[in-house]
Amino acid sequence: MKTLVWVEHDNQSVKDATLSTVTAAAKLGEVHLLVAGKGVSAVAEAAAQIAGVGKVHVADDAAYEHFLAENVAPLVVQLMDTHDAVLFPATTTGKNVAPRVAAALDVMQLSDILSVEGPDTFTRPIYAGNAIATVQTSDKKLVITVRGTAFDKTAATGGSGTVEAVAAAGDTGLSTFAGSEIATSERPELTSAKIIVSGGRALGSSEQFHALIDPLADKLGAAVGASRAAVDAGYAPNDYQVGQTGKIVAPMVYVAVGISGAIQHLAGMKDSKTIVAINKDEDAPIFQVADIGLVGDLFTLVPELTEKL
Amino acid sequence: MKVLVPVKRVLDYNVKPRVKADGTGVDLANVKMSMNPFDEIAIEEAVRLKEKGAATEIVVVTIGVAKAETDVLLTARAMGADRGILIQTDDEVEPLAVAKLLAKVAEEEQPGLIILGKQAIDDDSNQTGQMLAALLGWAQGTFASKVEIAGDRVKVTREIDGGLETVDLKLPAIVTTDLRLNEPRYATLPNIMKAKTKPVAKKTVADYGVDVTPRLKTLKVVEPAKRQAGIKVGSVDELVEKLKGMGVA
Repeated sequence: MKTLVWVEHDNQSVKDATLSTVTAAAKLGEVHLLVAGKGVSAVAEAAAQIAGVGKVHVADDAAYEHFLAENVAPLVVQLMDTHDAVLFPATTTGKNVAPRVAAALDVMQLSDILSVEGPDTFTRPIYAGNAIATVQTSDKKLVITVRGTAFDKTAATGGSGTVEAVAAAGDTGLSTFAGSEIATSERPELTSAKIIVSGGRALGSSEQFHALIDPLADKLGAAVGASRAAVDAGYAPNDYQVGQTGKIVAPMVYVAVGISGAIQHLAGMKDSKTIVAINKDEDAPIFQVADIGLVGDLFTLVPELTEKL
Repeated sequence: MKVLVPVKRVLDYNVKPRVKADGTGVDLANVKMSMNPFDEIAIEEAVRLKEKGAATEIVVVTIGVAKAETDVLLTARAMGADRGILIQTDDEVEPLAVAKLLAKVAEEEQPGLIILGKQAIDDDSNQTGQMLAALLGWAQGTFASKVEIAGDRVKVTREIDGGLETVDLKLPAIVTTDLRLNEPRYATLPNIMKAKTKPVAKKTVADYGVDVTPRLKTLKVVEPAKRQAGIKVGSVDELVEKLKGMGVA
């Protein structure tokens, strides 16, 4: 099977989510990549280094700079004449574009796959990860989004793909990019961090969130996450949110501070290797999934922990 | 401008799903069903557009069992939708088929905007809105946290992985709602009573001539691997020791 993988990037460098998607694609067959964007020759070169990839299709055009689904989907559809499957990382870009491609090809998409069981059979989570479904598709072309945390990352180097330019499909004129506000952070990226320190509503305020969570995260070299309650209350920005509707993470260690453990939150982090919970309510559901629990007041425990690390 | 809002009846988000012992699916017998939370946000946004004068009529459509009429269409009308369409079927309809049915409804109704939830909390697919946009050849503003209509364009602020992004779309367009778009209002008792007088058109899948044969076959559904019971430590020192033992810190 010839597969095409959407390379997730910011017009400068390849994002880690791509590497997990390549691992999933390699289970299906030959791996080709698609780099769409503007001024992406460096990205294309880096993509060609990914272990095991064949051709790297590069579509360099202003219409693709912001990965607008209206412009990018026709490009992917066009490449599906010569590919049997297309895999996107289940990032916001992948989730935005992939279903548009699937409908244009008249196929059902497989969302957020956890494993490849066969050429047409996959597992995926449903009901906020409370059930795992094994599904078999009867479609001839496959459109798939891949949960990054469920697949190991392919090595970013050692490959020798050939870069080939693809003619741009042009701008549909349906949509234009009007600006963005990207949160800047010196810390590791949430979805690829090895350690995550996450805060919940119990932190009480934005000031306390940053005063308690940030130093602990910095001590551990961790990324900072948050529960929906903490985000809704304005303690942390939206893109910190871990859960069914936020980011899905599976770090080595997940430290949940003042998070009760609602099912929507657990959906985003319960595949973490080790879960540490700090909460004053010993009956909080988070303790049912935590490997190490510490019951007590986070306002005294967290500073003490930061101090002693 | 007419606004079309597709809604879905799903297992209530507060209910912990139970996987059936025979592995055929999740047990939905005798459990509370409600409107998908993201769809409530979609209705709320449509009602706010109407209150601002940007929308003239709100049509709500659902595809599902007969009970969807009382479970979700009534709520939607009580929240402010003007009329409902129930496309009745007892079969499970996949996002692609839902999108095809909705495309037919859109052809009939000619809405200026279609607002959907970003995903249903049962199948967690996150596909229908994007697929519908593709089928209609319209622009899409997915994961919206802000929607502003200006003339024949709509500006949508989207929640993306690194932060926020704003796109400017040509109308008619598709918007899918993210959690932070708004806080849905409650359907009050007087409004629920009043909603009962608002019309609902009853249709079947066959009325639209759409092939809804599933493309995906669910071979089995299992519970996720259970986590091993953990331990509780008595002090920060013990926790630090454990963390150090794991090579952290």
